[in-house]
Amino acid sequence: MDPTVVSLPLPTLPEGWAAEKDFKPVGKITKDGTSQRTIEPVGPHFLAHARRARHKRTFSEDDRIQAQERAKNVEEDNDSDISEPEDPMMLQREAKDWKSQDHYKVLGLAKYRHKATEEQIKRAHRKKVLKHHPDKKAAAGRTEDDNFFKCIQKATEVLLDPTKRRQFDSVDEEADVEPPTKKQLANGNFYKLWSRVFKAEARFSKNHPVPTFGDEKAAKADVENFYNFWYNFDSWRTFEYLDEDVPDDNENRDQKRHQERKNLNARKKKKAEDNARLRKLLDDCSAGDERIKRFRQEASAAKNKKRFEREAAEKKAAEEAAAKKAAEEAAAKEAEEKAKADRESNKKAKEAAKNAVKKNKRVLKGSVKDANYFVEGDASAATIDAVLGDVELVQGKIDPDEIAALAGKLNGLKVSDEIKSVWKGEIARLVAAGKLKEGEAKVLA
Amino acid sequence: MADNGPKTGPAPGDRTVIGITFGNSNSSIAYTVDDKAEVIANEDGDRQIPTILSYVDGEEYYGQQAKAFLVRNPSNTVAYFRDFLGKEFKSIDPTHNHASAHPQESGETVAFTVKDKEGEEETPSTLSVSEVSARYLRRLVGSASDYLGKKVTSAVVTVPTNFNDKQKAALTAAAAAADLEILQFISEPVAAVLAYDARPEAQIADKIVVVAELGGTRSDVAVVASRGGLYTVLATVHDYEYAGVALDKVLMDHFAKEFLKKNSGAADPRENARSLAKLRFESEATKKALSLGTNASFSVESLSAGIDFASTINRLRYETIARSVFEGFNRLVESAVKKAGLDVLDVDEVILSGGTSHTPRIAANVSHIFPQTTRILSPSTETTAINPSELQARGAALQASLIQEYDAEDINQSTHAAVTTVPHITNAIGVISLSESGEEVFVPIVPPETAVPARRTVLVAAPKDGGDVLVKIVEGNTHIKVTKPEPKTKENGSKAAKVEDAGDSDDDSDFSDDDDDDEEKREKVWKIGATLAEAALRGVKKGGKVEVTINVNADRSVMVTTREVGGKGGVRGTVSA
Ligand SMILES: Nc1ncnc2c1ncn2[C@@H]1O[C@H](COP(=O)(O)OP(=O)(O)O)[C@@H](O)[C@H]1O
Repeated sequence: MDPTVVSLPLPTLPEGWAAEKDFKPVGKITKDGTSQRTIEPVGPHFLAHARRARHKRTFSEDDRIQAQERAKNVEEDNDSDISEPEDPMMLQREAKDWKSQDHYKVLGLAKYRHKATEEQIKRAHRKKVLKHHPDKKAAAGRTEDDNFFKCIQKATEVLLDPTKRRQFDSVDEEADVEPPTKKQLANGNFYKLWSRVFKAEARFSKNHPVPTFGDEKAAKADVENFYNFWYNFDSWRTFEYLDEDVPDDNENRDQKRHQERKNLNARKKKKAEDNARLRKLLDDCSAGDERIKRFRQEASAAKNKKRFEREAAEKKAAEEAAAKKAAEEAAAKEAEEKAKADRESNKKAKEAAKNAVKKNKRVLKGSVKDANYFVEGDASAATIDAVLGDVELVQGKIDPDEIAALAGKLNGLKVSDEIKSVWKGEIARLVAAGKLKEGEAKVLA
Repeated sequence: MADNGPKTGPAPGDRTVIGITFGNSNSSIAYTVDDKAEVIANEDGDRQIPTILSYVDGEEYYGQQAKAFLVRNPSNTVAYFRDFLGKEFKSIDPTHNHASAHPQESGETVAFTVKDKEGEEETPSTLSVSEVSARYLRRLVGSASDYLGKKVTSAVVTVPTNFNDKQKAALTAAAAAADLEILQFISEPVAAVLAYDARPEAQIADKIVVVAELGGTRSDVAVVASRGGLYTVLATVHDYEYAGVALDKVLMDHFAKEFLKKNSGAADPRENARSLAKLRFESEATKKALSLGTNASFSVESLSAGIDFASTINRLRYETIARSVFEGFNRLVESAVKKAGLDVLDVDEVILSGGTSHTPRIAANVSHIFPQTTRILSPSTETTAINPSELQARGAALQASLIQEYDAEDINQSTHAAVTTVPHITNAIGVISLSESGEEVFVPIVPPETAVPARRTVLVAAPKDGGDVLVKIVEGNTHIKVTKPEPKTKENGSKAAKVEDAGDSDDDSDFSDDDDDDEEKREKVWKIGATLAEAALRGVKKGGKVEVTINVNADRSVMVTTREVGGKGGVRGTVSA
């Protein structure tokens, strides 16, 4: 063989790759990477192989038997699987009633039905032919009754034609699984019973894979997917098989057309009924499906939980807001009250101070009166005016504290000179402080 | 082989050998000249010789002449008997013998009762199927001997892959009774592969070949791994429903109905044995004509109750009425590929063999199953295709010429299980290259299902600038990558449409199926498996090529040899088993 030429390049050697003699064994041929098979002893290349293999050696019978046993067999036994007993009633069937015959049963494939493979059907057919061919019966001296043989032929004709087989499978009641009754369901097994129903229905699906029913532990998504799929089921089921015979002669064209139209309508009606049947099945099933209830409860529980949480949160927020508002109000009130109290106490203080000032002023005035205005005998009005004028002058220049201090110094003094000296001192202080001009106070200085 | 007694075949030097196809419907004889196989035409000029014997007035007829007697002398005509060799009565299918001598139980075997001697007073003889076979083979061999001008002594004979040892022994005995040594039985599909591989222009390559043998009463499909000229049958399917006679039946029904339409009131030709025989004979001829022309005529004198009937049919009409049979062939081919654990994308060639394979529609349909790259070898799809009716006989003749020099014992030793049972690797072995985008890709060197020991070489480009190169040997596997088309937006209104077409879907419904439009894209891609070894090849020239040779030994050890093409040295190492 000429070597193949490959244009895609080999990779460059990775940095640092090293091996003894530049060769590194890594693995072995995968463990079950070989099988024993038989090569055909044909052609020039086999001759070369045989020469190499034998190499002057003769193989014993044992060798050949052993080798034969090891080799993978590609031919299987033909007389395998199909061996259902034949119902004697079935063997009596009239071929002309083929429409009502159970084609699978006729071929001994009753337990396979729509699941029978084409190869199984062919094998079953052959097996039945070997047994029931009328020529064989005749050869054995039995009557040449070929009725059942014709049934076999018809069954094969229907089942090997994919279109006809679908038509038959569409109305194969033997493959139907009735929905469980209430009584059956009462014993539990809800999932098992319905699973069987849908497994049987699934044979009509155009789409694959068909989701299975699952059990009580199925996840929500799977259950939803199941019902979704089935409520939108796309079925190939057809009802031609139940058509009434259309007259075959050319004479009665109108009658023929009439029958065809009737059949067509009947098919449509049956199809619609079948769709409705499936829908009802689903309604019934889903109505009893505890999983749906559970999911609903779980969903509503989840929803409730959320609502509770939300409400609690809202309540809390409201409470917090109220508390905050109350606190703010209290604080404001307090502040206001305080301000009021402050104001009031201020007023009092002011008044007190005012009173004190008044009182002290009285002391100040009283002091000069006590000192008889610093004259002997009755003081003249002018003197009194002048003295009081000075007193008021001084009063006007000093603040209440100074007035109080002055009053304090004057309080209790009766001696005119002492009083005068206090006044003199005060005026001197004021003059020194620049609050009074020299000579401004005329009499008390 | 369970043949009893000492074999006294001719000495290798004294042999004259031919290849024989001993078919259930037809047989052929072939010989080789200058390594080229030729199918021999018998004295009637036939290369497909009906496997039929007929006795008229003590005279024996075979082939086409015997076939003609199916109309006038059915009870003394024996047809479709090959498959009964080595079988008990209870396990034979007598379906195809209904219009000729009926098989009957005779001890452990099957027999036919025919009047094979002249004279009113002679009682009919009961001939075992072995005797019938021997008589027929004698005629075949006689014809070949006449043609070659010397007595044919030995032959390689093709048999179906499911012919068991008992059947082979019965055939060997029948041949011996006809004074013919059977050098070897070879399986029919492999004979067909050999016929193609022996052509001078053929190149031995590793390929998967599907051989579809569509005969008269049965169809057999085999999937063959052809690996360096060694052939391994990976899977076979056998079918007795879809074959040439099913197509005859379609035409018989068609013309019978036409006849009844034209002759209202006439008896149905299918209800009378003789009319039916005529109908069958002419229908087959019409069918064959439709393989060549687009129109064929049908004409029978006195088809039923003395009424002549002539009609024509065009190929399109034929293909329409025979559609379900044609589709059956397709499913059969597909099932064989599946049974072999392969995908249609794995198949490199399809050889259509057997008489029915002349039908253009069958070849066209089969080609639709496979990708464009798969070669469909049939007359209508490949101009250089070998006549499908001759493949087996040619293969047998080629094999006969290959082994005619060997002692019988030598052949026996070389063909038995100890030699033919060998380990096959199930994964491919290959080397890692880099794709344009720099990703690692698997380059197969030894394909899967190769018998070991095996040796394969590839030449791989070095990196653009040369330098040090990594040769990484790995196992590989294929898988089928499916790319779904963009989903079409047809959600709206699809519901209503469904109800509609469910209502009046008819036989044509799968034609209007819209699956066809949005076909998904399928491709075969290699997956890199476990690494077996790494080797370094240093200092490869710019633009150089690297030769990588893999030797898988019988013990599953792997020897890797690599060197630069035109360079010296190289690296070699072994991965132990
Ligand atoms: N040119 C043709 N076109 C179509 N069918 C053909 C052609 N030639 C032969 N056949 C059909 O092929 C069948 C015989 O095929 P063959 O390989 O000889 O059968 P078998 O393997 O059963 O002996 C018959 O049904 C015959 O009608």
